[in-house]
Amino acid sequence: MSSTETNAKKQNRFTLRTVKRAQLPKNKVAMLRLAALLMALLAGAVFIMIIGSNPFAVYKTMVEGALRSKLAIYGTIKIMIPLLITSLGITLAFKMKFWNVGGEGQIIMGALFASYFGIFHGDWPHAVLIPVMFLAGMLGGGLTGLLPAYFKAKYNTNETLFTLMLNYIALNLVIFLREGPWADPTSPGYKKFALFTENGRLDKVFGVHAGWIIALVLLILTFIYLKYTKHGYEIDVVGESTATAGYAGMNVKKIILRTMFISGAICGIAGMIEVSGNAGTMSEGVTRGVGFTAIIVAWLAGLKPWSIFIISALFSIMEKGSSVVESTFGLSAACADVLQGIILFFVIGCEFFIRFKVTISKKGGTN
Amino acid sequence: METAKTPVNAIECKGITKRFGTVVANDHIDLSVKQGEILALLGENGSGKTTLMNMLSGIYHPDEGAIFINGEEVRIESPNDAQSLGIGMIHQHFKLVEVFTAAQNIVLGTKEKLEKPKVMQQKIATICNKFGLEVDSNKKIYDMSVSEKQTVEILKVLYRGAKILILDEPTAVLTPQETEKLFSILRKMKEQGNSIIIITHKLNEVLDISDRVTILRKGKSIETVNTKDCDVSSLTELMVGRAVSLEIDRPENKEKQAILKCVDLTIDSLDGTKGIEDVNFEIRTGEILGIAGVAGSGQKELCEGIAGLLPVKKGAILYKKENIVGKKPLEIINLGISMSFVPEDRLGMGLVASMGMTDNVLLKSYNKGRGPFINRKPAKKLAQELVKKLDIVTPSIETPVRLMSGGNVQKVLLGREIESSPNVLITAYPVRGLDINSSYTIYNLLNEQKMKNVAVIYVGEDLDVLLELCDNIMVMCHGKVTGIVNAKKTTKEQLGMLMTGQEIKEVAKDE
Repeated sequence: MSSTETNAKKQNRFTLRTVKRAQLPKNKVAMLRLAALLMALLAGAVFIMIIGSNPFAVYKTMVEGALRSKLAIYGTIKIMIPLLITSLGITLAFKMKFWNVGGEGQIIMGALFASYFGIFHGDWPHAVLIPVMFLAGMLGGGLTGLLPAYFKAKYNTNETLFTLMLNYIALNLVIFLREGPWADPTSPGYKKFALFTENGRLDKVFGVHAGWIIALVLLILTFIYLKYTKHGYEIDVVGESTATAGYAGMNVKKIILRTMFISGAICGIAGMIEVSGNAGTMSEGVTRGVGFTAIIVAWLAGLKPWSIFIISALFSIMEKGSSVVESTFGLSAACADVLQGIILFFVIGCEFFIRFKVTISKKGGTN
Repeated sequence: METAKTPVNAIECKGITKRFGTVVANDHIDLSVKQGEILALLGENGSGKTTLMNMLSGIYHPDEGAIFINGEEVRIESPNDAQSLGIGMIHQHFKLVEVFTAAQNIVLGTKEKLEKPKVMQQKIATICNKFGLEVDSNKKIYDMSVSEKQTVEILKVLYRGAKILILDEPTAVLTPQETEKLFSILRKMKEQGNSIIIITHKLNEVLDISDRVTILRKGKSIETVNTKDCDVSSLTELMVGRAVSLEIDRPENKEKQAILKCVDLTIDSLDGTKGIEDVNFEIRTGEILGIAGVAGSGQKELCEGIAGLLPVKKGAILYKKENIVGKKPLEIINLGISMSFVPEDRLGMGLVASMGMTDNVLLKSYNKGRGPFINRKPAKKLAQELVKKLDIVTPSIETPVRLMSGGNVQKVLLGREIESSPNVLITAYPVRGLDINSSYTIYNLLNEQKMKNVAVIYVGEDLDVLLELCDNIMVMCHGKVTGIVNAKKTTKEQLGMLMTGQEIKEVAKDE
């Protein structure tokens, strides 16, 4: 190849480049998000057609499945309660740039602590047992959050690995207790935890267990805590720079410990609500992966409490809808997961295009 | 692509435009550098100098306009493209691998790294001889002084065959003597036909080294002038857009009282190395004590030690005759000792980048009120007052400070410290990277404090400013005090000698 040819080839080379956008007006952002959603549905439709179903029917069932009846809505809310609470808990830590991926473990430990009273003190009066279980749940989650925070503050250990590993420890602790010490003596077959007595079950309010009231109260409290209290301000500063926080006279270690205790405690509340309100007993599947989904919810919502409410509602609708689709169309659970993944991919990917635009430029001169 | 040697421009930029979001950093900039010429690029902070140079070195890409190298239009897609076009950039912050030797750093990323060490060293030696550079190629970077590191950076680009050198504020970290050495190297390069673009804030240096000066203002190229037709005031006028007085006031405050005294102060830095050692000095109210020294001579450790952020290993800090060593940062703040340190990235300590002015003003006082809730009202009022008093330009007091320009950010920082009405005001590099106007606002603020009987410690970089502004100057070198001198009776050269650890008497002998 002669040199002129190579040159010509170079001249025609296209390059993709990302350019930071100016702040987009709100309606344009909304348009972009809508477009992303449409594309997600379109891509999902292709997938549904490949597996041999009618995309319109599937989508219709998905929405209807989550919202068509009182019962469906109750189901959606039940999914939403732990997700919302855990997302709020994680947000506290994330605001401080403490990467708490231990939501799972904190939920489990909260549930476990609460279950101790539910299983062994089921004879206590309802008005005593429920508050005790609630506090125990907070303590369980809080201590599980405190542990990595302590080592972070003292030895600067990596909190991501630490909290992640605690998830598995918590999970296997549950299995250990189920297999032996806490196993239901009345169940002769496979080992399981005993069901709570009625005294240990959360009351129902308007058809759903009272967890939804707790979730809403926590939503408001978290909002106020982050925005209007000294603690919230401290979290913001520590998250930005521990050096600045120290410079301002803040006790950074204390703030990390305190915030992680609260973060874990909130996740622990989610665990308590799950065992007491939803399942009626402890089980190793108590979290249903909420501890990880909450990370996505918190991020998508930009760590803003009200947005977390909306995003977690959408997630719950999607999850409830998918489960109905699964049973109606006889699809495997994996198919619903793929569908959810596709939708998430587009929705999250869209955020990139809100901040950047992609330009194509030709090599050789920019006229 | 080399054609016959015709007097084409080494670099020619035509109508270069670069936008970041809505901000136009470069607005149709024209610039040309002849072969064998040193061009100085002058402009206030935020005038687009570094952006323009980053486009020449392939880090950014222009949105509009064309770049010609040796008369040929080019597209510089990456630093590799820039390198193959013979453009080498020496950044303000060094990009060296600390644990490698000079030679390893120089060949890093080139194909020659596989050659025998002897061959490489010979090649390096040849380049050194050619331009009068001195370097021990087996020395590790972490053992080197700032000026040695800079030499390695220069060698790095020369080794890659750079014919066009871009230096971004190369003298900011050098002593006057080291600067002179650098300039003689640059002159040698120029004699051998290389082209050099130098960015600097120091006008004396512009006059000293450059052939021509291109002045940028607010992202536009205002004018290009021949250096020999210019002086400091004409350059300033071009840069700022109007005539500016360059005198710094030094009012006299007669009521001086001892307030802070450091005795045999030894402090380790964060990484465990020696920060400062046996530092002794005293400061009185109504005076400005300057602290001079090459960057990293212990200024940071001294400031942080007094503020209670670093543990004191030995010695005492006497504040009104009471030892404050061991007190918590908050207690020290409450005693009326205010410390503000503007680090290299300018926002690292003292301000929270993502917060607005209100929340930043709150930083040291948020805990004052009772109860769990934060009271933002007084802070809001104070922020509004600061905006008025210090002419702070910001869309609103809730705009994150990271979106404000450097000058305004530093005004917020200093304004907050002053509003806490301290007795001792420690301020490190408050004019770091500021343009002339903002710098003078800061000097006036400091003088105002001095006249209000505040003891001011000013850690600075620019020796001219230190000599004009301060009453006394303490010079530090490798964590030790090499001298405390009266600013009125000292010359820049003497300070330079002290900065390198030599005593002034020896200076007299040498010269």
